[in-house]
Amino acid sequence: MKTISQFLAFVKKEFYHIFRDTRTMLIIIGIPVIQILIIGFAISTEVKNVKIAVYDPSNDISTQKIINRLSSSDHFLFVQHLKSTEEVEGVFKKGKIGMAIIFGSNFNEHLLHTGEASVQLIADATDPNQGLVATVYASSIIADYQQELMQALEIPIQIIPEIRMLYNPEMRSAYNFVPGLMGMIFMLICAMMTSVAIVREKETGTMEVLLTSPVKPIYIIISKMVPYFIISWFIFIIILLMSVFVLKVPVSGSLLWLNVFTLIFIVVALSLGLFISTMVNTQVAAILFSGMGLIMPVMIFSGFIFPIESMPKILQYFSCIIPARWFISGARKLMIEDVEVRYVLKEMFILTGMAIGILVVSLKNFKTRLE
Amino acid sequence: MDNAILKCLSINKRYGDVQALTNIDLTVKKGELFGLIGPDGAGKTSLFRILTSLLPADSGTAVVNGLDVEKDFRELRRQIGYMPGRFSLYQDLSVEENLNFFATIFNTTVKENYHLVSDIYRHIEPFKNRRAGKLSGGMKQKLALSCALIHKPTVLFLDEPTTGVDPVSRKEFWEMLKNLKEQGITIIVSTPYMDEAGLCDRIALIQHGKMLSVETPDRITAQFPHKLYRAESKNNYALLGALRQNPEVKSAYMFGEYLHVVFKDKLPHYDETNSKSEDNTQIVFNEIEPCIEDCFIALMNE
Amino acid sequence: MSIVIETQELTKKFGAFTAVDHISFSVEKGEIFGFLGANGAGKTTAMRMLCGLSKPTSGKGFVAGYNIEKESEMVKKNIGYMSQKFSLYEDLKVWENIRLYAGIYGVDGKLIPRKTDETLSKIGLSGEKNSMVKELPLGWKQKLAFSVAILHEPRIVFLDEPTGGVDPITRRQFWEMIYEATERGITVFVTTHYMDEAEYCSRVSIMVDGRIDALDTPHNLRTQFSAQNMDEVFRRLARKAKRMDT
Repeated sequence: MKTISQFLAFVKKEFYHIFRDTRTMLIIIGIPVIQILIIGFAISTEVKNVKIAVYDPSNDISTQKIINRLSSSDHFLFVQHLKSTEEVEGVFKKGKIGMAIIFGSNFNEHLLHTGEASVQLIADATDPNQGLVATVYASSIIADYQQELMQALEIPIQIIPEIRMLYNPEMRSAYNFVPGLMGMIFMLICAMMTSVAIVREKETGTMEVLLTSPVKPIYIIISKMVPYFIISWFIFIIILLMSVFVLKVPVSGSLLWLNVFTLIFIVVALSLGLFISTMVNTQVAAILFSGMGLIMPVMIFSGFIFPIESMPKILQYFSCIIPARWFISGARKLMIEDVEVRYVLKEMFILTGMAIGILVVSLKNFKTRLE
Repeated sequence: MDNAILKCLSINKRYGDVQALTNIDLTVKKGELFGLIGPDGAGKTSLFRILTSLLPADSGTAVVNGLDVEKDFRELRRQIGYMPGRFSLYQDLSVEENLNFFATIFNTTVKENYHLVSDIYRHIEPFKNRRAGKLSGGMKQKLALSCALIHKPTVLFLDEPTTGVDPVSRKEFWEMLKNLKEQGITIIVSTPYMDEAGLCDRIALIQHGKMLSVETPDRITAQFPHKLYRAESKNNYALLGALRQNPEVKSAYMFGEYLHVVFKDKLPHYDETNSKSEDNTQIVFNEIEPCIEDCFIALMNE
Repeated sequence: MSIVIETQELTKKFGAFTAVDHISFSVEKGEIFGFLGANGAGKTTAMRMLCGLSKPTSGKGFVAGYNIEKESEMVKKNIGYMSQKFSLYEDLKVWENIRLYAGIYGVDGKLIPRKTDETLSKIGLSGEKNSMVKELPLGWKQKLAFSVAILHEPRIVFLDEPTGGVDPITRRQFWEMIYEATERGITVFVTTHYMDEAEYCSRVSIMVDGRIDALDTPHNLRTQFSAQNMDEVFRRLARKAKRMDT
């Protein structure tokens, strides 16, 4: 019982430290919220009046009907006819249009005789959300027309939309940033804050008193980690809620597994913080270490900003030791790609292994004495 | 000594090239108020850290309250109180929160041991909701002492509790230590202020990691090997220069408004010392009892 | 005798708190002026204002003939400053520290090597020219810091608890250096917690709760308070203090 009350006293004290330091609170709460809001502004979820240009060498009844339907919908705004396919790039670059529609020649004839015709939808995917939604709307308008025509003609026909995304072929959308953002924030809160919190006690000399008390060093460590663990979880839930309600990210994967997966990563980050605190003796060094050693690699090597696939091979191998790489990859799958948990087992095992490894090393490193 | 509560034998400690402690032997009796006196860098803090199990010695043994500082450090940590050189308090916790926290980690409550700290704590109790960081130096010192005492330690280690504290607060602090001693707690305190030596039962003079002497203050001053004279003049600095050049003078140091002078033989004739400082007409020599600082200087010069 | 420091009703307030409360005093050239007071009495704040580091809320101060509020740059050129906490760069060698400060205070570049050697031999540290400052014992560091603070022959040198924790012999050597500096015409303004050192001063002021409650020669103060020594004088005055904030 006494150990428990000792432990709780520690945790309580740690919460006091956090809540009484406005700077800490700002970092912990302010950064995630502001980042999500910034991303929120970058994404517009409404698709309206996308300007379109059309290249229509056929100029027959079907193409005209399709063009009419597109232009009369709220989503699109007809801007101009193109004289050749060469013009497409030019109008995109001038920013005149958001989507180009290229029909083949003799569209209607092909459709009636072979039962098949194709139309190219080229969208500007600088904002992948916009681009994607625009092509989806356009495809469905074309599909409606195909449906009607089929009923009227009573023969099977098919209009095949070929979709091409310009400028951002991987469709890396802004809300793909959310897992990366979480990776960075947990490094900041868990690793940096924990290391600073432990090292601060070394600096002020209170660690000497704690070490001469009967409290087991492991309790000192765990009680330092608990508040940041709880706070991180809380932040995770805030980010999740904001993603759903502000960014409209469809979090349709298993919430349970997303939580489990994230908590594993939080433990990894906490152990990294602990590890740093066993190596340095000043708060400045702790901040430098976690900043340069953890947060920068997360930005560069985790796939958060630069896609891993386009890195040189050697850096790709290097990225494997960055825990956030595995977290981001797993969280993307769970949150955005909505896959089953067995597809993230690899990431989960790697992170669990890392957590255990780092924790063991740092607990061994944590000195019960000053030297 | 049967009633020894602390015993250490030939303790050595080295940091890289620096020999911090050399063959330290020390015995402290139960219930003593023991002073470890020496300047910064003498090795006081290193010795305290070894005795409180925070630092392993390179060689030698130390036993506190029957417990080896290396092997039995867990049990030892339950029984001692330690106040490090900087007042180790949580600046962002209130006075009361600090005390409660330290009570809890030592498996006790403030209520249980309030009687131990009440004398000290009641001075700061009116400010119990104030953050420790907002206290004055003297009050921080009192709070730190309360925190070190709250678990009823048998031995209390205080590392330079009065450094940088003004003379008034220092005086008050020593009064508190006297009261604690009467309650049976053994207190080992280090200080760079030589004038505090007289307030201890026994003292150890330490310099460059070596013990110069371990004795009661009275005996240390009694062991002063020379006759000591106090010189007084209108211009002590000029007189000091003159005395230093006088071959009959063994040593001369400024001591407040006087100079403390030791002659190689006996006090030479008045005019001889006077001859070299013409502007200093009135010089008075009086034989005096040495103080701890005189002894420390003499031991340093040996 | 010329006056090198003069204050008239010098005051510093932090919000509702009056750290320095209308102090007026003057210091003459070549004096050793002891500036005593309990922790939190306002010594550091007053000293910062005199060094031109902090602006007074009201009142006036002149150091080396310059107005501390309006001509703080000129004040800084004419003073030296040394504190217990920081004075030298620990990770620079002894000679590098001397060269750095000589450079900062505009000592003629050609003179620097000679000045360095002179300074070091005077304090008996010639053998340590190439040592890192952090390897030196505290007492040596303080002696070196003092020599560096007066390298540019300032008119006044401010010393903030220069001897705290220094061994008894080095402490006295330090004071001998102070005397020597005053013989060269440098005025010394010093704070200390060692009451025996208060006796070494030409005049001593004692601050209580932001005010100067006593100012005289040590001898006169002892007579005035019919006290045995300065320690007693100090305790009588400081006991009256009501303030507790630092």
